[in-house]
Amino acid sequence: MSGPFIKGSIRRRLLLSLLAGAAVLTVIVYLVMQSVARQVAEESQDNVLTASALSILDSARSAGGLVHVDLPYAALSMLDSVTDERVFYAIRLGEEFLSGYADLPAAEGSRPTAPAFRSTTFLGEEVRIATVRRSVSTDLGQKWLTVSVAQTLAGKKRTLARFNRTSLGIGAGFFLVSVLLSAVISRSATQPLHRLTASVSRRGPTDLRPVAAPVPSEMAPLVSSLNSLMARLRTSLSRSEDFIAEAAHRVRTPLAIVRTKAEVALRRSGDDATRAALREMIHAIDDSSRTAGQLLDHAMVTFRLDTLLREKIDLAQLTRDSIKRLHPLSDMKEIDIAAGRMDSVTVQGDAILLQNALQNVFDNAVKYTPNGARVTVDVSATARGARIDIRDTGPGFPATEMARITERFQRGENAEGVVGSGLGLTIVREVVEAHGGQMTLSNNPGGGACVTLQFPQS
Amino acid sequence: MRHPAISPVLTIAFAVCATWIAGTLHAFEIEDHARFGDPGAAREIRIISTADITFFEPMIAAFLSANPEVTVDYTVASSTELSGAVTNAANQFDVVISSAMDLQTKLANDGRAMRHQSDVTEMLPDWAVWNDMLFAFTQEPATIILSKTALGALPVPQSRHDLINLLRQHPDRFRGKVGTYDIRQSGLGYLFATQDTRASETYWRLTEVMGRLGARLYCCSSEMIDAVKSGELLIAYNVLGSYAANRSDRDEFAIVLPTDFTTVMLRTAMIPENAPAPDLAAAFVDHLLQMAHGPQARPLTHTDINLTQLGTALNRIRIGPGLLVFLDQLKRRAFLAEWENAIEQN
Ligand SMILES: Nc1ncnc2c1ncn2[C@@H]1O[C@H](COP(=O)(O)OP(=O)(O)OP(=O)(O)O)[C@@H](O)[C@H]1O
Ligand SMILES: [Mg+2]
Repeated sequence: MSGPFIKGSIRRRLLLSLLAGAAVLTVIVYLVMQSVARQVAEESQDNVLTASALSILDSARSAGGLVHVDLPYAALSMLDSVTDERVFYAIRLGEEFLSGYADLPAAEGSRPTAPAFRSTTFLGEEVRIATVRRSVSTDLGQKWLTVSVAQTLAGKKRTLARFNRTSLGIGAGFFLVSVLLSAVISRSATQPLHRLTASVSRRGPTDLRPVAAPVPSEMAPLVSSLNSLMARLRTSLSRSEDFIAEAAHRVRTPLAIVRTKAEVALRRSGDDATRAALREMIHAIDDSSRTAGQLLDHAMVTFRLDTLLREKIDLAQLTRDSIKRLHPLSDMKEIDIAAGRMDSVTVQGDAILLQNALQNVFDNAVKYTPNGARVTVDVSATARGARIDIRDTGPGFPATEMARITERFQRGENAEGVVGSGLGLTIVREVVEAHGGQMTLSNNPGGGACVTLQFPQS
Repeated sequence: MRHPAISPVLTIAFAVCATWIAGTLHAFEIEDHARFGDPGAAREIRIISTADITFFEPMIAAFLSANPEVTVDYTVASSTELSGAVTNAANQFDVVISSAMDLQTKLANDGRAMRHQSDVTEMLPDWAVWNDMLFAFTQEPATIILSKTALGALPVPQSRHDLINLLRQHPDRFRGKVGTYDIRQSGLGYLFATQDTRASETYWRLTEVMGRLGARLYCCSSEMIDAVKSGELLIAYNVLGSYAANRSDRDEFAIVLPTDFTTVMLRTAMIPENAPAPDLAAAFVDHLLQMAHGPQARPLTHTDINLTQLGTALNRIRIGPGLLVFLDQLKRRAFLAEWENAIEQN
């Protein structure tokens, strides 16, 4: 059977789309965190700068028409409290420069009384400037007292770098969790498919019942077409089985009549050539009617396997019954069928089918062994269930044909002259496998065939 | 001494007194100048410093023994002259060393310092480094110096409070016999005074008391110590303890680290941004810091001055832009006016 033509994988596609989504989300989260961090860092720097500038502004007093500014120590030292920063300031009254760094530009805001900020480069380093204003009265009337304070960005950069590390960590963690979740989700999304696959492939070779297990809505069309396909298959199969059974049945009666006639003719005939021809004829008729019988049995087996009974069966008892039934045949060849080890062990299944299987194995043991041979049957309980070993002291299976002879209508080279159809072991195998078991053919070390039927725990 | 004295052959020290203006230097007043090491050496490192040659010689000797292919050019100037000289881009130095923390901070803040990072600077305590530009390598306390003989049976004051009480109880004895920095002249005196006012109001009370007793004002710590030694002064306030302790006649006066708080100045080094030999400068600064903070650190000042015993009273001046506040011209004018008011009462 050729494997399906595979292109792509739902699970992989699902996983990849989930991962792509997670990656995009991670980048977005990272960028948002970055921009928030930048904003927060800038805002907190601006707040400190404003506080510093305001404390200078607040220290200004106008006395006697002159403006005195008493620079508070903290105004500048607080800008350097956490990280080492270069700090600049400028105090101006109107256009007149009072103190500080004359070149330091002031930040221009929309309203004169609100703090204003700007970023620029001053004395070779990036700085942030905050400017605050207050109107003071001087000799020359009201004037704006302007205080600008600037600070380098070491602290802000350090905060941002730290935050950057944190957000990278968070991003990585977020992505990792997403990967795990995606794996879980894609696995659980394809779970119903796997379940369906498992339930279909677990079935026996002849189990064509419709799938009854619940499936998600997306899979319903697939399952219903699968079910209808199986229904069609089943009808066509049973139709051909019926046809074969019908045909076999119809052949059997005329064959029996022909055989009786041939035997009568044989008894009456005195001519050796005619007798030999009649004997060959009888043998051929035996073969044909055996084939018809086995075909009927096979059809019966197929039918019963369709809805397999699950009753408790005592294997030892079943075996003893089968041996008993065989006595007429075995006694004829003086073959001793002995029940060996008989463990009391039960299996679940259809007694008629199992009986039929055993009958076929015993039939072989009697058919393919010389007169006076011995057949031993052991029923034993094993760790995994039960097994039946049927050993004989005949020539054994032809070594080169062991694999082939379990197939339909396949007979061994030692079957020449022996009546048979080549369906016996096929029936045995089908029955045992339908019970979840296994049939193994082998030859005993000391010669003779050995058929092992293994059954799982009931 | 761990380091051998510099051999006379290698040392060519010019003791140039008073004013000496080098052709290559843009006009500023220098106090002393010397060259160390092999005069024919291929490379030269130029140092400008406020510290005396004798104070610094061991450092240079140790540096030269590790770097024999270098000559050291060492110029001494006052803190104000030094600051002016470094501000003028025409002057090129590799290392600038000063006790005026505020002026050094201003130089660095104004962008005149080069950033320097190395294994050595990594190990520095936080207070000893600012912005990778300024590096502290000494801790020198402001102390009270008293004449042991003249004090007689009076107890040695241990804090400013004690000192105020002592002066108030014996005004006649101390009139005209107390001295301190003239902070209008001395940058270090100004730094100590401004830091004192930050720490406590006691400074103003003490200044007023000293003013009422007709305090004498000095330019420098060494003059105050000489005055105490000669009997001209009984008490000198805010004297650089390292100078007092390093003198050979140290036993003739008492050195007091005030227990209420002791202001501690840090001598700092920086590499100017226009240093001609920044690699040598970095090596020298690392060498300096290694000797001051490294595992085999050797205190540059006398071991008598044990700062660890101070505990919480240790008021180490913090390097940083706070120091710019008192350099502000408005602030300085106002501070000096208030100080003059307090100190000049007769
Ligand atoms: N006990 C045995 N010893 C030796 N050969 C055996 C034995 N049992 C089966 N065989 C070989 O396996 C072949 C297939 O057996 P199988 O029972 O399927 O067919 P069959 O006996 O020939 O026909 P049928 O059982 O339908 O009458 C036989 O033809 C024979 O060659
Ligand atoms: Mg058979």
